[in-house]
Amino acid sequence: MELQITWFFLWGLLWAVFFMTEGFDFGIGTLLPFMGKTDEEKRTMISAMGPLWDGNEVWLIAAGGVTFAAFPVLYATMFSSLYAALMLILFALILRGVAMEFRSKVHNDNWRGVWDMCIFIGSAAPAFLFGVAFANIFRGLPIDAHGYHGTLLGLLNGYGVLGGLLFLFLFLEHGALWLSIRTEGRLQERADRFANGVWWIMLAVAVLFLIATKYETKLYDNYYANPVLFLLIIINVAAFVQTKFFLMKKAYFTAWFSSSLAIVCCTFFGIIGLFPTVFPSRIDAAYSLTAFNSSSSPLTLKIMLIVALIFVPLVIAYQTWAYSLFKGKVSKEDLEEAY
Amino acid sequence: MDVVLLSRLQFAAATMFHFLFVPLTLGLSVLVAYMETRYVRTGDETWLRMTKFWGRLFLINFALGVVTGITLEFQFGTNWSKYSEYVGDIFGSLLAIEATTSFFLESTLIGVWVFGWKKLSKKAHAACMWLIAAASNLSAIWILIANGWMQHPVGFDIHNGRAELTDFTAVVTNGFAWLEFLHVVSGAFVLGAFFVMGISAWHLLKKQHTDFFTRSFRTALPLGLAASLFVAVIGDFHGSHVGEVQPEKLAAMEAHWETKSNAPFYLLVIPDEKNERNLLEMIEIPGMLSLLVTGDFNGEVRGLKDFPKEDRPPVLITFGSFRLMVALGTWFILITAIGWMLRKRLADSPAFLTAMLFSLPLPYIANLAGWVVAEVGRQPWIVYRLMRTSDAASPIAASQVGISLAAFILVYGLLGAVGFWLIAQNAAKGPQTANPAEI
Repeated sequence: MELQITWFFLWGLLWAVFFMTEGFDFGIGTLLPFMGKTDEEKRTMISAMGPLWDGNEVWLIAAGGVTFAAFPVLYATMFSSLYAALMLILFALILRGVAMEFRSKVHNDNWRGVWDMCIFIGSAAPAFLFGVAFANIFRGLPIDAHGYHGTLLGLLNGYGVLGGLLFLFLFLEHGALWLSIRTEGRLQERADRFANGVWWIMLAVAVLFLIATKYETKLYDNYYANPVLFLLIIINVAAFVQTKFFLMKKAYFTAWFSSSLAIVCCTFFGIIGLFPTVFPSRIDAAYSLTAFNSSSSPLTLKIMLIVALIFVPLVIAYQTWAYSLFKGKVSKEDLEEAY
Repeated sequence: MDVVLLSRLQFAAATMFHFLFVPLTLGLSVLVAYMETRYVRTGDETWLRMTKFWGRLFLINFALGVVTGITLEFQFGTNWSKYSEYVGDIFGSLLAIEATTSFFLESTLIGVWVFGWKKLSKKAHAACMWLIAAASNLSAIWILIANGWMQHPVGFDIHNGRAELTDFTAVVTNGFAWLEFLHVVSGAFVLGAFFVMGISAWHLLKKQHTDFFTRSFRTALPLGLAASLFVAVIGDFHGSHVGEVQPEKLAAMEAHWETKSNAPFYLLVIPDEKNERNLLEMIEIPGMLSLLVTGDFNGEVRGLKDFPKEDRPPVLITFGSFRLMVALGTWFILITAIGWMLRKRLADSPAFLTAMLFSLPLPYIANLAGWVVAEVGRQPWIVYRLMRTSDAASPIAASQVGISLAAFILVYGLLGAVGFWLIAQNAAKGPQTANPAEI
């Protein structure tokens, strides 16, 4: 029991950290064709996330691996049910990854234009689709004993789309803040202005999402049962406000940190609401997958926990070190070295 | 076509494409780390330029390896959900451990290495590449322990209708997995060395950057020779072990139909799968097969006919891939041994350099052929004698898999073409010259 509950929240934490770290990469990639006016500006934007995006993406691999290891039935059901959506995400991520590496290798506007478009699609599409996928999980999916009965288009219901937009705007804000940290001059001014403007849209979408969640999902049940949990939503709102506050003071790093906290809170808002369900069925709650009926054996959970307790803090330590190396302004040398 | 076949084709396409890039990552990371260490130790700028030149090719390759690996992590769930439910307890945990212990380190440090030239001390920067090399190879260990478990499952009980872990130590110390790992990694080092030697040979044949590429060639040569020998020796151990624990795979590898003591080895064989015999068997070495498999000329080698037809792997593909791999492996030993003898006068040995250049793609073929033997030879099982591949697929529409398979072929084909073109372009461009006089 305790092991399954521990893993449920660790599972949530891995997704939260993935959204928090890769989120700003998705944001910057989505902004790339619009905010970078010259090739040098675009290269600066890519270099702003250049040293970090690869490591950030591994949180997705870890989240996927842990889903497989700790909740094999969830892993099997979730990814085969959401087959088309997941394939779209994976192809988008492939395009983005190679585009970052390929783009700089040939000095030709058309060549770079093609890869810019790949980075844009490869960032915007996963940002949106992850939101759609999670909103649909919150809402419940048409699964029964025979499997999944939905379609790709069925995922694009109002609430799903709202979830997609929420993720997209959260990440756009997050990305613009990271750009403000690592760039200078005109590019920084643009990023700053964008972060200030998009904050209002993000807030509006978040509020809409909170309201829609009441009507579309059962997430609030856990909150009504334990009102102290509403504290999380309050912290979440506070993190949003703090983001704007520090942004206006041009304390970009603190603003980015607040935005990180907000993303983690948003993820946990859903995770806590779901508990102990991991994959709710809309057809009948009897078919819902929970942390208890979809998990691995206690031995596997125990071994995985030992591995996680040793290595996850280690990963956080060396990734923090990597971030501290690359939180300064992108320099001319950075542009020569890579992108 | 049904879901199982389409899913198998998709998985084969995705893994084989992935494995075009992985071996170079494993092999070249070690060579680049070595070059950078020599630079740090000697201060000689040529070593630095070598690090940067080969590092650049390494990075293009690395990017393709990473992105194609991501899809694999999820394809067990998307296409093999029955398998995932059945073995997640063991197989899933190995993948998760791989990500947390190795892939994180590798991916975080690659960014540090690319952008960290001015931010880290020279020593720390070189250490970074060593850690990348170590993490990539550690990653291979976990993946091969996972594959080794599919080949030779240990440390589990069937419980609640699935395989549940009972002995983690047995899974991690599975002899099959370790032989497989040593074989795969030495194969990867062969590929890495041939990559460096092949490209160097091209420049040496064109008589450009002679110093730079002679040194590059001679850096890779000892690794190439040692790995070529080692991969064969380990392959022999691995083969005998396969004969012990997967006798029908071994019989398919050798197109060996009748159980026999003192079984001969034929240099030329054409299997006739339909009629359960060989059309042609020529150039006999008496007792050799028995010796190779059992270590004794009179040892008994079980034949395919000992096993029910529905439990036999496809013979022609398994046999053909195995022979191809062994033939290529023999060639690698031969040509690197010649290279060793000519190492002092490489630039004056155009015939050898030409052979080396054209040998560049061969380790790619050998590596993939080896995987075909391992995976096709395990059929009809997805987990050997525990779960059939036909019972493992997801209950999804064939059309969905058909579309994604087409997308894989299209996208991977395009990206692979662009990727190899970029590698070729950058390889042909040669190193950046610090000293314009040296061209």
